[in-house]
Amino acid sequence: MPVLSYIQAITKALQEEMERDEKVFVLGEDVGVRGGVFRATDGLYEQFGETRVIDTPLAESAIAGVGIGAAMYGMRPVAEMQFADFILPAVNQIISEAAKIRYRSNNDWTAPITIRAPYGGGVHGALYHSQSIEAIFANQPGLKIVMPSSPYDAKGLLKAAIRDEDPVLFLEHKRAYRSIKEEVPDTDYTLPIGKAEVKRDGADITVITYGLCVQFALQAAEKLEKEDIDVHILDLRTVYPLDQEAIKEAASKTGKVLLITEDNKEGSIIGEVAAIISEHCLFDLDAPIKRLAGPDVPAMPYAPPLEKEFMINPDKIEAAMRELAEF
Amino acid sequence: MGLENMKMPQLGESVTEGTINTWLVKPGDKVNKYDPIVEVLTDKVNAEVPSSFSGTIKEIFAQEDETVAVGDVICSIETAGDESQVPASNETTNKVTEETVEKTEVSAETSMKTRYSPAVMRLAQENNLDLSNVKGSGKAGRITRKDVERMIANGSQQMSEPEQTEDISVKQPKPVDFSLENGDKEIPVTGVRKAIATNMVRSTTEIPHAWMMIEVDVTNLVKYRNAEKLKFKENEGYSLTYFAFFLSAVAKALKKFPELNSSWAGDKIIQYKDINLSIAVAHEKELFVPVIKNVDEKSIKGIAKEIYQLATKAKNGKLTQEDMSGGTFTVNNTGSFGSVQSMGVINHPQAAILQVESIVKRPVIIDDMFAARDMVNLCLSIDHRILDGVVSGDFMSEVKTYLENVSATTTPIY
Repeated sequence: MPVLSYIQAITKALQEEMERDEKVFVLGEDVGVRGGVFRATDGLYEQFGETRVIDTPLAESAIAGVGIGAAMYGMRPVAEMQFADFILPAVNQIISEAAKIRYRSNNDWTAPITIRAPYGGGVHGALYHSQSIEAIFANQPGLKIVMPSSPYDAKGLLKAAIRDEDPVLFLEHKRAYRSIKEEVPDTDYTLPIGKAEVKRDGADITVITYGLCVQFALQAAEKLEKEDIDVHILDLRTVYPLDQEAIKEAASKTGKVLLITEDNKEGSIIGEVAAIISEHCLFDLDAPIKRLAGPDVPAMPYAPPLEKEFMINPDKIEAAMRELAEF
Repeated sequence: MGLENMKMPQLGESVTEGTINTWLVKPGDKVNKYDPIVEVLTDKVNAEVPSSFSGTIKEIFAQEDETVAVGDVICSIETAGDESQVPASNETTNKVTEETVEKTEVSAETSMKTRYSPAVMRLAQENNLDLSNVKGSGKAGRITRKDVERMIANGSQQMSEPEQTEDISVKQPKPVDFSLENGDKEIPVTGVRKAIATNMVRSTTEIPHAWMMIEVDVTNLVKYRNAEKLKFKENEGYSLTYFAFFLSAVAKALKKFPELNSSWAGDKIIQYKDINLSIAVAHEKELFVPVIKNVDEKSIKGIAKEIYQLATKAKNGKLTQEDMSGGTFTVNNTGSFGSVQSMGVINHPQAAILQVESIVKRPVIIDDMFAARDMVNLCLSIDHRILDGVVSGDFMSEVKTYLENVSATTTPIY
């Protein structure tokens, strides 16, 4: 089984889906000749040509709008936002059109579009290249938000997103692109959207998180194992709509819950996770639900010490885990 | 705003629990720091507990008549502003003596003991568990869900086993099964009675007692005291008792034989520098043992005054823990109820107790002639681990010599 980096798994998924279904096409800024600024679409232009790998103008609203229109006419577009930070001009297309078309047309129309966007910080990208934007879209029924944490999941979930009958926002952590590698099968497989997965089984405390933070949490859990602290880790994988059953099960398992996100704390995905737990799991809880998140400041700073302060890292997670275990 | 917990204070060296007698406040009441908030009955004393914080009583956890272990939270007080933080931080940072540091640590360790999470509450209810007996492994003694789950897994038998095993009264053999006949009355054993019972069992089981008695001719003392008593009462407003002379004699003899002013401490003997005499004071059905400190430094008048003050306090139920602690040797005035001979039980952990019996006129042979003399028996019980007959005999003859030579010149009242 080949070992692929996170971004290689993305490319592989795109390639396989384009080979499988000729309705699948890619559009975005510099995705064609250049192969994407992160090289996510590397080789696709050569393999599938300019009609299926389309370089677009610097107009995110148009990228989303063109994709949505094509999707409604039966195509399977995969639109790329060069950085998730740039998605804001396309918000109206995504929320008002893509997310609502099935409901608005009483099932006559659907928009099976996948919108990929690299998010997250820790890469010295500063304000416009480091944001987590999932919370903006996370109360729009009709839209799905997938945020894989590993190469294996990235491939299986991207393929599932492309085949999904409705719009999927597919967010890839840019720092994971080359830092996370694992064995990824060559075979054609998909993973269910809307399902969380237990990444580590433990009995003392429960960590629920998503994206790159899952990797950090796994590293921290590894360290704490030596202190006899047994950590249960649930990877949300799909952050909207949430897998409520998995969340309840994981929270009830230990009664001590730590929620982690790289996003600003207030109004983030994990606030909703906390609400689900307190609604359903009160009598299993053994400690206040704890949140570890980025500070409530407007953007990821550029200065390295400040960026480090903003970012979630394994040390911060380890400290929070230990504190909760000792409670 | 902050929420502070009031804990059951340590109301004496050996006190481990207290019974809530009366709450003087209710939730919602405003209190100032040092205001009395609750009356607590320990086995030694009935005390008012002052508030450690200024604020509003939020919740009362310990109900009246409930017995609470020292350090357990009895109520919570909502404090206003940051003011409350100041003493708290002072407590942890400024106090340097070993003793106080130890105390704060102990209380910090159990501050979360009765903070139950929803999971713990549910498990306790479903399994009918008494959480007061569960030892918490969480932060500050908090009982965690895992603690309870472990207990359930181990069977609830262990749950009900009390943490504290050192209660000697518990070790008594199986109680006889009493059935109440017509007219028999059942009297619950509480408070001071219970404490007396526990302490007596402890003294008699732990301490190997030995006894001796001597006769003392106190004719001179009687004469001297009778000559002075009316004038004394007139001047001072209270009586000049024989007991004051006996205490003075014992204190002086203890100064010479400090072996009797001591405690058995397992692998060593602690000999006390101060001579603090415990005296037994009966009040209705209760017996209190207040302490007169540094008796060797006091005049007869000073001793008489303290006896009077402590007896008055006992009568009015006003004795404080301070009044009752620090005794190093006990003198018991058994003569006051007509006894002429008795075997005292030592006041644990002291080394000896001296009983002063009734002064009676008896025929005595002096220089081969009968004489009518005022005689008194002094009975001494000793801890035979610490003391032997010789030193005890020397001590007793010192007391005897002192008492037989009492006069205006040797023993001024002022």
